[in-house]
Amino acid sequence: MNDIGTVAKVLIGVGLAFDVFGCVGLVRLPDVYNRVQAATKCVTLGTCLILAGTAVGGTSAAMAFKALLGAVFILLTSPVAAHAIARGAYKSGVRLWEGSVMDRYGEEKHPERTRPERAEPAPPGEALGAARESAP
Amino acid sequence: MTTFLLTVAAGLLLAAFLCLYRIGRGPSAPDRTVAIDILGTLMVGFCCVMALWTGQDFYMNIAIAWALLSFIGTIALAKYLEGRQYDE
Repeated sequence: MNDIGTVAKVLIGVGLAFDVFGCVGLVRLPDVYNRVQAATKCVTLGTCLILAGTAVGGTSAAMAFKALLGAVFILLTSPVAAHAIARGAYKSGVRLWEGSVMDRYGEEKHPERTRPERAEPAPPGEALGAARESAP
Repeated sequence: MTTFLLTVAAGLLLAAFLCLYRIGRGPSAPDRTVAIDILGTLMVGFCCVMALWTGQDFYMNIAIAWALLSFIGTIALAKYLEGRQYDE
């Protein structure tokens, strides 16, 4: 076992901090959409930093190449998986947190549906569609 | 060196237990799916720690294969969630 160097230790330490804080967000945040945002972004960056540290401090060139390949693969696939989960959650009927202030996807898909927590009544669907058509 | 890698492994284990808490507690199925996806990404970090610990590079093969299979499983679970609609 040889030493891995200071740069690799710093990269792995920062990546570990991002991983732990992302999982704390996964536990603490109130909503599945908030959770998927916090956890996916933090854990993707953290694991990519750990893979970069492995590439810097690894014992062989094969390990470095495979670590960089894994980092590129996680960077490509993790946002796609998070987007698919959020879309599936919305389509399966999971409600937003009651403190949420904006639902652009729902307004676009169902313009006639009003949110119950909204204070003033929402404009009806025809008016919204007419305003959208008249807008440049 | 050994102390550093043990610390990293302990931190990743803490993160993995936080994910397990969300898998067990999560009120809806997408919460559990998110936690499973994050757990699969954390396992790649564990494979990195094992590769640095032993100096063997085949742990990186395991990491790449694990990332691939985790992605495919997450996409399959997301499509399953998407097909189950309550209001349409």
